[in-house]
Amino acid sequence: MSPSAWVENRPTAGRRALDWREVWRYRELVAFLALRDIRVRYKQAAFGMLWALAQPLAGLLVFTLVFDRLAGVPSDGVPYPLFVLVGMTFWTLFSGGLSAATASLVANSSLVTKVYFPRVAAPLASVLPRLVDLSVTLVLLALLLAVTGTLPGPQVLLLPLVVLWAVGLAFGVGLTLATVQVRFRDAHHALTLMVQLWLYASPVAYPSSLVPAEWRWAYALNPVAGLLDSARWVLLDTRPPAAPVLVSLAVTGLLLVLGVRVFAAGERRFADVI
Amino acid sequence: MTNAIEVEGLGKRYRLGEGLASGTLRDAVSDGVARALRRGGRSRDEAADVWALRDVDLAVPQGASLGIVGRNGAGKSTLLKVLARITEPTVGVSRTRGAVGSLLEVGTGFHPELTGRENVFLNAAVLGMPRAVVAARLDDIVDFSGIGRFLDTPVKRYSSGMYLRLAFAVAAHVDADVLLVDEVLAVGDAEFQRRCLGRMEDLGRSGRTVVFISHNLDAVLRLCSTALWLDGGRVRGVGRTADVVDDYLREATPDAGRRSFAEDPDSPVSLLGIDVREADGGSAGRLRREEPFVVEVDLGVRERVPGLDLAVSVETLNGVRLLDEALSDTAQSGPGPLAGPGRHRVSLTLPPLLMPGEYLVNVWAGTTYETLVWEHGAARLRLEGSHQARPDRLLAAQGVWTVTAAAPR
Repeated sequence: MSPSAWVENRPTAGRRALDWREVWRYRELVAFLALRDIRVRYKQAAFGMLWALAQPLAGLLVFTLVFDRLAGVPSDGVPYPLFVLVGMTFWTLFSGGLSAATASLVANSSLVTKVYFPRVAAPLASVLPRLVDLSVTLVLLALLLAVTGTLPGPQVLLLPLVVLWAVGLAFGVGLTLATVQVRFRDAHHALTLMVQLWLYASPVAYPSSLVPAEWRWAYALNPVAGLLDSARWVLLDTRPPAAPVLVSLAVTGLLLVLGVRVFAAGERRFADVI
Repeated sequence: MTNAIEVEGLGKRYRLGEGLASGTLRDAVSDGVARALRRGGRSRDEAADVWALRDVDLAVPQGASLGIVGRNGAGKSTLLKVLARITEPTVGVSRTRGAVGSLLEVGTGFHPELTGRENVFLNAAVLGMPRAVVAARLDDIVDFSGIGRFLDTPVKRYSSGMYLRLAFAVAAHVDADVLLVDEVLAVGDAEFQRRCLGRMEDLGRSGRTVVFISHNLDAVLRLCSTALWLDGGRVRGVGRTADVVDDYLREATPDAGRRSFAEDPDSPVSLLGIDVREADGGSAGRLRREEPFVVEVDLGVRERVPGLDLAVSVETLNGVRLLDEALSDTAQSGPGPLAGPGRHRVSLTLPPLLMPGEYLVNVWAGTTYETLVWEHGAARLRLEGSHQARPDRLLAAQGVWTVTAAAPR
């Protein structure tokens, strides 16, 4: 930007789009906000990063006990603990990112009301620390895979794409909910309930193959279903996801577009109503 | 000269209830239903609208420093927020040229769990400074703050003074073409404030455009070449700082220095009126700290009271009595003219001892044996001017200094 260029502030007429080039100019801020969240989370915590394992491991224990031992739920031909750990890992990545993105504006309200920055930097920065948790869990997973001799196929190279999918989904839904939460703190309570229900509506503790064939397409409307099927295929070499995964991908895309639209529309009034 | 800031026909409307952040979905739903039931659906209650800014036009040349004065709620902060693009105007447009640094509060984004060093980088990123620039200036920032070896301590262990000094040190090293500063000088001790003012003067000299809001008119006078007076969201005056501040003070100070009282039928002596004004007869109600002022008391005496005396005392708003002057101090012995019946006007001229601020003027009349009149807070006294960077003292005695060459003792 040349120093002589005017920067204007005038009322928005019509629809607004997010200025991604500006977000790129503010990449250092995004990085510092993400770094802050990581540092703050693990400061003065005796077990530090090991806490990233808490949620997946707790899920592993409970679900193995209830769904595997008691209910005898099938697990697509891989050991149930591995099956559920992959499910929990990606579920945690998604739900954690979603919660963080939803809270991001309100949590940074002093920034929103006191300085200018592209507002989308806040939700963007808030989902990044989840990748640290993810990598800790992936290390544990790699150990378990090595111990049990389960080797993933060459499709493991697609892992970054699956991670991107989970983060993108969390970000997209988070953008919408963050916008709502600026105005209505109810969003927080609604989110807690929603995440709880969503967990059981997704194939975390059970395989999506349990869903009757004629319902698979409808079931894939839950984008997490396609996400988890893909994650298991990539990491555990289960059956490759069938055609309904495209529905999940499309829904993810739609949610992302919706989130960006809603956020862009609300963005200019955040400082007034937060 | 080119402008760094231009504002045209700017208006900012808030709806009451909005921004209170207490909005719940339930309220919104019930409001929506209520609106839908009303005819026309969209007819909004105009009374619920507040224009924080209205019809504001402004141009600030590059390198100029503009002070914004006005009462609380006059729209000063809203104007800065629009200039900084934190919020969008309802009508009109504002333009800025170059990088804008907004210092609306010190330590924006500071996190107590992070160390001083981490917070410096975070805060600088928030203020739009590239990491490389901060790294190059880190020593300067640390020097300015005086934090020294506590740089790697979490700021939650800092004293509040250290915290503010570090936060301001970062702010003071922001390198922007346009700096928007809101009342940040209200923090820190006198010495630190002085350094901050100096730093802002440097910035102004180096060609930065500075917009500065402060209730400290002293600082505005010192830093700003031009000033803008906002009142109820509208521009009341703009121009040379001294003129604008003068106009603002004349209006902002209500005429509480002059009051009348009803006669007390049960007492032989009543306070009838009081007037506090500058000794040279300047405008009532607005007193300059460096001028002598006069307290004029009208006393009604119905029947002769032997030994009647009158005293005027001045105290701070929190009740510290600074002066208590009695007519008898000047000791005309014998029955003074005050003792006889009639309406007397007694005036007391006081030298410029008091620091700027608000004071209560009390009137006492009586004899050695009884109090006949006691009017606490008979008038309010407001002194304007400079506290000369020593805001903590109450009196300035204007003592006489001499400096001579000294032989060794």
